[in-house]
Amino acid sequence: MALDALAKLGSVALFLIRVLGQCIPALARPRLVIAQIYNAGARSLVIIMLCGLFVGMVLGLQGYQLLERFGSESALGVVAALGLIKELGPVLTALLFAGRAGTSLCSEIGLMGATDQLAAMEMMAVDPVRHVVAPRFLGGFIAVPLLTAIFNCVGIYGAQLVGVTMMGIQPGTFWSQVQGAVGLRDVNEGVIKSLVFGTACSLLAVYEGYHAEPTAAGVGLATTRTVVTSAVLVLLLDYVLTAAFL
Amino acid sequence: MSDDDAVVDVRDVHYAIGGHAVFAGLNVRMRRGAITAVMGPSGTGKTTLLRLIMGQSVAQRGVVRVFGADVARLPRPELYRLRQRVGLLFQNGALLTDLSVFENVAFPLREHADLPEPVLRDLVLMKLQAVGLRGAAELMPSELSGGMARRVALARAIVMDPEVLIYDEPFVGLDPISMGVIVRLIQSLNRLLGITSIVVSHDVREISAMAHYSYLLSEGKVVAEGSPAELNREQKDVVRQFMSGTPDGPVPFHYPAPDYFEQLLQPAGS
Repeated sequence: MALDALAKLGSVALFLIRVLGQCIPALARPRLVIAQIYNAGARSLVIIMLCGLFVGMVLGLQGYQLLERFGSESALGVVAALGLIKELGPVLTALLFAGRAGTSLCSEIGLMGATDQLAAMEMMAVDPVRHVVAPRFLGGFIAVPLLTAIFNCVGIYGAQLVGVTMMGIQPGTFWSQVQGAVGLRDVNEGVIKSLVFGTACSLLAVYEGYHAEPTAAGVGLATTRTVVTSAVLVLLLDYVLTAAFL
Repeated sequence: MSDDDAVVDVRDVHYAIGGHAVFAGLNVRMRRGAITAVMGPSGTGKTTLLRLIMGQSVAQRGVVRVFGADVARLPRPELYRLRQRVGLLFQNGALLTDLSVFENVAFPLREHADLPEPVLRDLVLMKLQAVGLRGAAELMPSELSGGMARRVALARAIVMDPEVLIYDEPFVGLDPISMGVIVRLIQSLNRLLGITSIVVSHDVREISAMAHYSYLLSEGKVVAEGSPAELNREQKDVVRQFMSGTPDGPVPFHYPAPDYFEQLLQPAGS
């Protein structure tokens, strides 16, 4: 069991090295990468913005309730902004990305394998890792931090909607608290987390898809593994990174 | 056949999957400029042989040489250079589903040849015209029938003007018209361009009409070889059974099973 896990870790690491080696040749064909940023990023925008809005609104409600007990409800902006930028934004975006785009990447590559499309590329002397895997990996790697930024912005707007419009906090107070409390270090923490999570989720999706058993059940299983492993890995990495930033 | 004549030379190849021996001392040679057929009952490893020739699988023993190079020992860049000289028609076509018919055929050219767009367009249209699908250039693979997809895949396989063309079961599922067209196309590609052709098939009639030399595989070995006429004259039971398509003979039609009547008389679930 432990040996299997270690072998899988090694296999993922070797695959990452192979993918990274093909990233620069893949960037030479920006059309493929841009198409994947569109697929993984732009097509996830609606779900990311919707979830960001509701998470921000819930944060506004809960935060207001809690802060009101201590008479410091004016600090709602700080709680919402720091909570989103440092923690909720990167983590929830990565989880949503794994569910929305990771599954699609995995099943697409898995089905390409099952229908001999990857083998056909190999036979045409085209490395499928360069043509199929690397652009998708890069697309996810670039899209996740951008989606996180959008999630954060919409989330803070949602918290403001509840705090200012519903609960009556002064808009000036809300925004000046946000401006005063959020520093570059907090933003950096969020950016680094989203880059790490984006790498992890995209890598797992392309790895599972590329190594999926070429059957309907095999592709289904690989897709499930992508979501489950991504979710666990994101939360684990989140703890490690949070501890590192303390 | 001299050694220099052989584009593909498979010598004493042993290959097993999961303990089951697919080949046990296989010897096959494909002569330059000829149409060579590889025939045999289902499950004799015909597709596995193609994988070995293309360097996708590696034999546990023996050597597979293509253009004189041992494909198992070639580093990936050299293997890719070799594959650019060989076209492979997959059994199911294996078209890239996110590209149109035109882009599928253009794919190898875009990857390997830096051609101006008008030249590329003309080349692709010429190959599509050869398979009768110039009018389908803008369709997506999901809009094609199985036979049409195979013809597009053939256009893609010949777009780089390969020296060797390998066909994996090219006649399966084709209507008589498409089959006739494909047979004539394989013959004319071979005759006019001198392309060495390797056809894996069990369509005895079509193969007999076009192959210069045939190998009949059974149980991991070549059981007969020669021109179609020679194979037809062959008296071995296994060859007679295959060429005439009868269920009785050394090649069992039924997968090994317990006695038929005994099994029917047993209560369900036992």
